[in-house]
Amino acid sequence: MLKTILGAAILFVLIALTAYLAFHYAPVEKSMGIIQKIFYLHLPSALSSFVAFGICFYANLMYVFKRQPKWDWLGASAAEVGLAFISVVLVTGPIWAHPVWGIWWTWDARLTLTFVLWLLYISYLLLRSMLEEPDKRALFSALFGIFAFLDVPLVYFSIRWWRTQHPQPVILGGPGSGLDPRMRLSYLLVWAAFTGLLILLLNARYKLEAMRASVEELRREAEVQ
Amino acid sequence: MKNLDSVLAAYLAGWAIFFLYYVSVARRMNALREEIERLKSSLNRGK
Repeated sequence: MLKTILGAAILFVLIALTAYLAFHYAPVEKSMGIIQKIFYLHLPSALSSFVAFGICFYANLMYVFKRQPKWDWLGASAAEVGLAFISVVLVTGPIWAHPVWGIWWTWDARLTLTFVLWLLYISYLLLRSMLEEPDKRALFSALFGIFAFLDVPLVYFSIRWWRTQHPQPVILGGPGSGLDPRMRLSYLLVWAAFTGLLILLLNARYKLEAMRASVEELRREAEVQ
Repeated sequence: MKNLDSVLAAYLAGWAIFFLYYVSVARRMNALREEIERLKSSLNRGK
């Protein structure tokens, strides 16, 4: 219980920090105005989801080669946490798009591939929930997770490879791109806070998966008795 | 200020997703903790 309260308190501090940086420290962007402040929630969430899905991919590969349950637990945990982050991206994106583009959504390459990514990891978790036998569940979901991760580089590079409604990258986007120094510093600090949030959620979710494995083990023991 | 309501809506929705997810993990953990205790005590009774 104490750990839960501590986790919630850390979450609250992160919210306060990102709000301060986004609304007080970073300047208002000239062409879009105040709506651009969504950037400080939207982009760090997207990058954190890529990190989480990257962890899931690594854990899936490790499970296929090593067949140790800890990699299965890490894969499942990272997939669910990544799904939370990408859900924030899919909710905040249209709220930002509507006043700027005049539409909530368009089926361009970036948006469509992000939606497909969300569907892929929902499917990953559904697959896990449908398979009861632990080894089979771990192997099948690891194989599916490796396949699902292929969409992550497609999402990342889509705005570089295809003409999209979604804006071109402002970070590492080449000549003409870039951020005001105060925007860049705010963004980097917010991203650091989001990395902390990712670690907090992943740690809690991994413990949950380990406890679930303990319950399955105890149930088997109880059935033998 | 133009579009301030959209910014607030985005931040509220975004942080609500994280908060509700954290609460859902904590609740599932508590339920599993109780089940582990229950299973352990029933196994001890059976020995």
